[in-house]
Amino acid sequence: MSVPTELGYTAKHEWVVIKDGVATVGITAFAAESLGDIVFVEAPAVGEEVNTDDPAGEVESTKSVSEIFSPVNGEVTEINETLEEAPETINSDPYESGWLFKVRVSEEPTDLLSAAEYTKLIEGEN
Amino acid sequence: MSESTATPRLTALRKTHEEAGATLVDFAGWLMPLRYGSETAEHTAVREAAGLFDLSHMGEIRLSGPQAAQALDNALAGHLSKLKVGRARYTMLTAEDGGVLDDLIVYRLDEEEFLVVANAVNVPVVASALAERAVGFAVEVVDESADYSLIALQGPKAVEILAPLTDANLDEIRYFAGYSYSVAGVPVLLARTGYTGEDGFEIFIKPSDKAPEIWAALMDAGAEHGLVPAGLSARDTLRLEAGMPLYGQELTAELTPFDAGLGRVVKFEKGDFVGRAALEEASRTARARRLIGFVARGRRPLRKGQDVLRDGAVVGTITSGAPSPTLGRPIAMAYVDGDLDTTTGTFTVDVRGRGEEVDVVELPFYQRKS
Repeated sequence: MSVPTELGYTAKHEWVVIKDGVATVGITAFAAESLGDIVFVEAPAVGEEVNTDDPAGEVESTKSVSEIFSPVNGEVTEINETLEEAPETINSDPYESGWLFKVRVSEEPTDLLSAAEYTKLIEGEN
Repeated sequence: MSESTATPRLTALRKTHEEAGATLVDFAGWLMPLRYGSETAEHTAVREAAGLFDLSHMGEIRLSGPQAAQALDNALAGHLSKLKVGRARYTMLTAEDGGVLDDLIVYRLDEEEFLVVANAVNVPVVASALAERAVGFAVEVVDESADYSLIALQGPKAVEILAPLTDANLDEIRYFAGYSYSVAGVPVLLARTGYTGEDGFEIFIKPSDKAPEIWAALMDAGAEHGLVPAGLSARDTLRLEAGMPLYGQELTAELTPFDAGLGRVVKFEKGDFVGRAALEEASRTARARRLIGFVARGRRPLRKGQDVLRDGAVVGTITSGAPSPTLGRPIAMAYVDGDLDTTTGTFTVDVRGRGEEVDVVELPFYQRKS
C-alpha cells in the first residue's frame, strides 16, 4: 500500500501537504482500498471554516458512508470539482488527482503522523 | 447479518480467495469474499462477460422418500409435487401466520428426491421447520449444507466458458432446470439458475473439497472470455438491479409473500399446508405495503432504512439501495403504503436530513435482452 513520504497523515486516514500556508487534503490509498469503489463525495463549501474535530464532508462507497475530517483548522479555499462527476478518481489516484479540498491554514498542525508512523498504524489495522 | 461472535466458518475456497486478494467479511456466520478488486468492475463483468461466485454459505437440505413431494407441498408455499424431475422452482417457507421465514429454490432430483436451497442465515430455521413439518410423512430430511460447496458462473459468456468443461449439452438445460453432470471431471448438480439477472449456472459440489479444482478449471477456461471472480458486493447490486428480493430486506417474517408482491408463489390449489389460513386471508385483504423502485436524480446513494416521502410526508422505507453500475444512478427498492398513488407528487428520500429527489420506476431496473 503506497504511503508517500512527503505527506503528513492522520489516524483517521487523511493525508495533507501544506505549501505557502495552504493545505491540500485527501484520503489515503489504504482508506480508499478499505472503502471499496467510491461513488459519492460530499465536499465542504468554499469559504467554510473547517477544524480537526468536526466532520468536513463525507465519502460514500458502494457499501459505506464515511465522514471526512480536515487534518488542519482553517478556511476552505477550493474543492476538487472533478470528484463530483468522477468520484472513482479517489480510488485510482488518491494522492494526486483524487485530492478532496484545500484549506488556508489558520494554525500549523502539530500532531500529524509521518509516513513511517502512518504505515505502522495501518499495518496494525490490517 | 449474523450477530454471532463465534469464529466465522470457512468455505473450501478460502485459500483460493486469499490468493486472489479478496476482501473477506463475516456474512451470516461465514467468512466470504466481499470483493476481489473493484466491485463495480466485477458487476460490469457479470453484465458484459461473466463472473464466478463462491456461494458455499448457502444451505442444502435433502428430502428423500416416497412422500417427499407431499411433505414439501405441506411444508412450503409452492406446489412441489407438480415439479418435474430435473426442474427447479422458486418458493417460500412461511410461518403459520403467513410471514416469510425464507425464500428457497427447490430442485427435484428424482421422483422421490428433492434438494432445498436456503439462505445461509436461515439454514437452521429451514432445516428444523422442514423436519418438524415432515412428521407423519414417509420422508427423510437431512441438512447436507456442510457437505456442499456452491459455485455460480453468471453472465452472457457463461455457456461458452462452461461448455468445454462439462459433459452436459448446455443448450438442453433450460432456465430453472438442474441435473447431475460432471464439470472438470467432478460429478455435480448443474443448474441453470442465478441471482444476477443474467444467464448462468449454479454448480452444487459434493464433497465440498472438490470446489477448488472446479473453480480453477473455470477461471482457466474463462480467462479469454473476460471471466473474473466476483464477491458479495457485486452480487447484491446485480440482484438489486434485477429487482430480486433479499431475505432480511424485502422479505421478513413480518411480511407475507403477498405484501412483497410475490403472492404468485402461493399455490392454494394443492390443498392444505402450513400457513394456508393466514395466507388465504392475506390474499383477500388489501396490502398494507407495496414494493416499488426508485431511481435518484442526484448521485448520492440511497440506503436501506431511509425514509421515503411524498410531498414531504413519510410514506415508506427503503429496503435495499445502492449505486447502480448499469444505470449510473443510485437505485432503491422501498415499501410504501399499500394504497399510495405513486403516479403523482414529488418523491424524496431522507438521506441523513437531506431530501434527495427520486423518480418512481417499474421493477426490475434491469432486464437482459434474451
